[in-house]
Amino acid sequence: MMLIRAWAVVSLLALAGVAHADEMRLAVTTSFDNSGLAAVLLPRIKADLDLDIQMIVVGTGQALRLGEAGDVDAILVHSRAAEDAFVAAGHATHRREIMYNDFVLIGPGHDPAGIARAGSAAQAFGLLAQARAPFVSRGDDSGTHNKELALWQKAGVDPGAQGAWYRAAGASMGATLNTASGMNAYVMADRASWLNFGNKGDLRLLFSGDPVLFNQYAYLPVNPARHTHVKAALAAKLEGWLVSDMAAGLINAYKVNGEQLFTFNARP
Amino acid sequence: MDEILHGTYEAARLIVTLDRDLLEIIVLSLKVTLTAVAIASLIGLPMGAWLAVNRFRFRRIVIAVLNALMGLPPVVVGLFVYMMLSRSGPFGAMGLLFTPSAMIIAQVLIITPLIASISHQTIRDLWAQYHDLLISLNATRGQRIMSLLWDGRRALLTAMLAGFGRAVGEVGAIMIVGGNIEHATRVLTTAIALETGRGNFAFAMGLGMVLIAIAVLVNLAIHGLGRTERSSVW
Amino acid sequence: MPTSQGISLPAGPAGPAALGERAESGRAASILPLRLRGAMARARGKVLIGPIDLDITRRGLTIVMGPNGAGKTTLLRLMHGLQRLSAGEIIWSAPQSQVRDRQAFVFQSPVMMRRSVLDNIAYPLVLHGVARADARAQAAEMATEMGLGGLLDQPAPVLSGGEQQKLSLARALIRAPEILFLDEPCANLDGRATREIEAILQKAQGDGTRIVMSTHNMGQARRMAQDVVFMYDGKVHECAEATGFFEDRPKTPEATGFINGDIVE
Ligand SMILES: Nc1ncnc2c1ncn2[C@@H]1O[C@H](COP(=O)(O)OP(=O)(O)OP(=O)(O)O)[C@@H](O)[C@H]1O
Ligand SMILES: [Mg+2]
Repeated sequence: MMLIRAWAVVSLLALAGVAHADEMRLAVTTSFDNSGLAAVLLPRIKADLDLDIQMIVVGTGQALRLGEAGDVDAILVHSRAAEDAFVAAGHATHRREIMYNDFVLIGPGHDPAGIARAGSAAQAFGLLAQARAPFVSRGDDSGTHNKELALWQKAGVDPGAQGAWYRAAGASMGATLNTASGMNAYVMADRASWLNFGNKGDLRLLFSGDPVLFNQYAYLPVNPARHTHVKAALAAKLEGWLVSDMAAGLINAYKVNGEQLFTFNARP
Repeated sequence: MDEILHGTYEAARLIVTLDRDLLEIIVLSLKVTLTAVAIASLIGLPMGAWLAVNRFRFRRIVIAVLNALMGLPPVVVGLFVYMMLSRSGPFGAMGLLFTPSAMIIAQVLIITPLIASISHQTIRDLWAQYHDLLISLNATRGQRIMSLLWDGRRALLTAMLAGFGRAVGEVGAIMIVGGNIEHATRVLTTAIALETGRGNFAFAMGLGMVLIAIAVLVNLAIHGLGRTERSSVW
Repeated sequence: MPTSQGISLPAGPAGPAALGERAESGRAASILPLRLRGAMARARGKVLIGPIDLDITRRGLTIVMGPNGAGKTTLLRLMHGLQRLSAGEIIWSAPQSQVRDRQAFVFQSPVMMRRSVLDNIAYPLVLHGVARADARAQAAEMATEMGLGGLLDQPAPVLSGGEQQKLSLARALIRAPEILFLDEPCANLDGRATREIEAILQKAQGDGTRIVMSTHNMGQARRMAQDVVFMYDGKVHECAEATGFFEDRPKTPEATGFINGDIVE
């Protein structure tokens, strides 16, 4: 019974919460987290600004909801249309482009649909539909998913009407890659997630490089007029750092397996 | 098969090197879950006893609801707690979202019905034995409940352990309300989900084995506690 | 036989003279006599016992007899308040709020709490606000006098049947009840254990506890009874002084048959 008393004390302490100095919450997408870039940036930010970034890693949709509710101080996402709507609705003060990476098409090494020889992303998606090759989609309304849907549209294909080869996983990037690996299916992923993915199996990178596959990341500070408790000053401080030369150097120099993942493109 | 071997190797490596981050995650897992079990027991055990001892109009309904709540998907609880604690929710001003406290609250909601339900069944049997005696001795309602809880304490440990088991392995709810923030709210289960998403199966397996090892240790420790009590006073 | 010190009664000087006001401070006059008027008990529409008219006087030792299913247990539980009264009246000589705490009951099958022997016996005292250490000291003394001294730290559920009966009795007597109901306290006991319990009961009676007890043991009834209540088919057929009941022969044919049957056996 002494144990119970000890627990009670611990719980009171836990409920009281622990106060930290200078920390802010940043909602980021899974793909950003999977890239591993955060592990490079965060310690530097801590050193330069004495600021602890608490990253909440969620899908784009959930990140926007967290910002809307004022549960985070800023968000870093990649879904242009949704971001514009977010700013238009007054949830963020503005949208600041930071960097981009790109999406890549992954598939089985022997490439039954032959997308490796495609001339454009639209053609590659057309080939996939023609071959009716198994394709796993995020299917979770994330930035990646929305991008994929736009590309299908460009190719003139309605994947939802195509039948069993098109599988909507309804899952995060990692889980979707795991599914594709298990089924040896095609899948679209951001390059970062793909390079850091540990369970590739027979999957290979088959197509990339079309500018329509570029994936712009933008930083949106939550509007303090909507939520007074939001740490707007810290969010502004972080933004200043993210567009600095220091950030540019780190982002452009970040490599996984010898490949550059992100291209810094913030305008000062 | 390979992954399982690798997982075993990873688990061994993690434990032997006693990685600092891992230690932090383990400590937080235990802190959150044990606190949740303690709070849920403080609520659930007397509640179960109270339901066993009292006859009132909506008793059957309450018990049915309690049993149904045991099957509630943790994600739903997580979402509910999120909406309560969100800055735009009713308790938003407390700033509890994405803290260990939020995770404790979610786990308390998940396991209290389980603990209450098991304790209700246990106490009901004991109450059948004690009923006449306690009425004859003119014990008050509170005394009846306390006596039943005390004399049923070892059976009730099982209820607490069941709650611990469910809480320690839970991921859906605490992912939503905790946010899996490194060095703040990352616990074993959310770390496992994260590593699985990254395709690092061996590492995830390793963490899983650490989780099981900890669960076993906690069970043994608590059983040990029960036995110590038996040797002195039954 | 030691008179008042034999079974220690925490309430202080006991004995015939102190019976009426053998009281802790604030206790009013005796709760006895107890009167039943047209008392009935029903369960699921069926009449279990009654209507019963019966007086339990201040003094004496009443034995309730009768064949299986006659309603002995039900009558004792009814008087103690464990069985709901469906008609008639049960009248104590003290306000209702006081009577419960001044009675005790020993059940046909002993209820062993999952605690040590000592804590079982101390339990009623603890319930009534006696400090734990005091309660345990009193309980230890009581247990020793009952011959349970070597078993204080044993878990009660592992005791033998006879030891469990003694424990029940000790727990019932620890608060020196004014009236003690016993439902076949010596069923399943051997002759020696039966005698031990009878001795304890006689001491308790000497210390001022009114005893009402059911039994199937004719020898025990003869040894102990001062009054006999004979039940048959849910009714009290006879209510007589023991000497009259056993020696002058009972008045009703049912009682005669019962006694003869038992004696022949
Ligand atoms: N809750 C109940 N519901 C229905 N019938 C009951 C209930 N309790 C007792 N009875 C019945 O009432 C009658 C009297 O039972 P009781 O236990 O008082 O008998 P008894 O004289 O104590 O018998 P025994 O010598 O076997 O202990 C029995 O016929 C019994 O079946
Ligand atoms: Mg009986």
